[in-house]
Amino acid sequence: MVDDSAIRALEAKLVELRQMMEAGNVDLTEELAMLESKLLKLRREQYARMSEWDRVKLARHPERPRGLPLVEAMAHAFYELRGDRMGGDDPALRGGPAILGDHRVMLLFHHRGSTPEEQRACRHGMATPEGYRKSLRLMEIADRLKLPVISLVDTPGAYPGVQSEEQNIAGAIAQSISRMLSLNVPTIAVILGEGGSGGAIAVAAADRVLMMENATYSVISPEGAAAILWKDPSATPQAAQALRLTAPQLLELELIDAIVPEAIGGAHTDPKRTAEDLRATLCQQLTTLCERPLDELRHLRYKRYRNAGSARTPTDPS
Amino acid sequence: MPIRRDSKGRYVEVELRRAEETLWLRCRECGELVFRRKLKETNHICPRCGAYFFLTAQERIASLVDRDTYAPIESGYASDDPLAFVDRRPYRERLDEAQAITGLNDAVVVGRGMVDGRPLLLAVMDFRFIGGSMGQVVGEEIAVALERAAELRIPFVLVVASGGARVQEGAVSLMQMAKTVAARNLLAAANVPFIAVFTYPSTGGMLASVASLADVTIAELGAMIGFAGPRVIEQTTGQRLPESFQTATFALEHGVVDQVVPRESLRAELARALLVLSGDHNG
Repeated sequence: MVDDSAIRALEAKLVELRQMMEAGNVDLTEELAMLESKLLKLRREQYARMSEWDRVKLARHPERPRGLPLVEAMAHAFYELRGDRMGGDDPALRGGPAILGDHRVMLLFHHRGSTPEEQRACRHGMATPEGYRKSLRLMEIADRLKLPVISLVDTPGAYPGVQSEEQNIAGAIAQSISRMLSLNVPTIAVILGEGGSGGAIAVAAADRVLMMENATYSVISPEGAAAILWKDPSATPQAAQALRLTAPQLLELELIDAIVPEAIGGAHTDPKRTAEDLRATLCQQLTTLCERPLDELRHLRYKRYRNAGSARTPTDPS
Repeated sequence: MPIRRDSKGRYVEVELRRAEETLWLRCRECGELVFRRKLKETNHICPRCGAYFFLTAQERIASLVDRDTYAPIESGYASDDPLAFVDRRPYRERLDEAQAITGLNDAVVVGRGMVDGRPLLLAVMDFRFIGGSMGQVVGEEIAVALERAAELRIPFVLVVASGGARVQEGAVSLMQMAKTVAARNLLAAANVPFIAVFTYPSTGGMLASVASLADVTIAELGAMIGFAGPRVIEQTTGQRLPESFQTATFALEHGVVDQVVPRESLRAELARALLVLSGDHNG
């Protein structure tokens, strides 16, 4: 990431001054205000200079609001459903019915875990066939109980392992995409952090696709592209640039519908606001989508994915 | 030039070659020089050792479809290079080269034909074209083929030879997974059968979308079938891979495909499946 030592020094100074003030010795209001505006300016400058690779790092930031903690901050109530009813439960892809503002919904979300043990158990948010079969099960419930489906996507990709292959991970992803496209309820996907390839699109083929300002969405990680196409790991930042994986770039390509703004410096600088903003955005989108007749919604959904990323013109009109 | 064996010792070799360049081809397995025209008669199987020669889309079509029944459906789409992608070389150059070598617009060929007198809508992939990867043109062509099959109410057959998503088209290629699945759902709503044939290779984003949603799935011996590449799996998990990993037999054992057949039986196998699925026996 861009060198942020100046920002960290200012933050430390601010903490120090506040402590001094609290101790009651001196009035430092003016100094504090000055430092705060300087900090904001620095953050804005740094933010504006961010490269695509910087965004990738922000999307992966260890303190980024995501997973279960974000859901708990965002929803008024959440009841987790576990297990695929076929032999397992994947802690990396989770979900259950929830209440968001005035809406009852079915939430699906990737979970990376916060402690090292939890992260290992969740394979850093890489879901297995069990995860995608659970998401299929939850979509069935949503369809039956008429709950709009909201997915929060944050995964490096589906888990590449021997067992994943033995349990047909590719088929599980394909079925998840297929069911999501055929749901008789409105659907919204939010690319929250990393939207990694098949593991992301499995739960992101929605009526509305939103992206957090610093999220990324790509068919391959920059590291993967650098290894395959450049045959050189040091080309990773270049690959990040070439892949056009940031929210503004994908909005321009018309592959997503809207960007959810983050606090200056990234969502992790203000997790509370992130949860509140995301809830407000989702409720607003839900209200709009729920007004639409179902037939129209399904027709528009088909058209959207049928036309997604199409080649514009035949080279040979014959 | 990847060469892959499966547990039965069959292998598929993949080489970039122009369609009618040489009269003779050398078998990489036994060294035999085989007359190209002879190979057409043997389904591109080495007459001496039984090794599989690589098949282009046109060769595959010729090996499956009744003589003189094939009619191409040409949309004429070619990639826009939606990201203006440049790695060590511009994607544009790679496209131009692949088009020159294969004579194709992109990695799939679509058409109508008959197998044993039964009509079908056929989409056949060509691995020579950037690894048979799925970008906006492959996605579009497969979607068009599925829609056409639904409209004409004739079975759809997809012959997969794909390394996965077209990396150079980024998220645009990712969207093709949703696009082809949407079109597949349309075919399902029309109650028209879909048969997938997995060949070398059937992997990545192609396998994780339309290819895995067929009603009947037949794998050719020598196929490679899997989501993630073996190297990625080894690096991520540190696991040693079983010897038969991601072969056609492995897929059969794990319930991923219905049948595994040698290349010379593929046409008859397809005819058998079409016979029971097409349902036109009542006239």
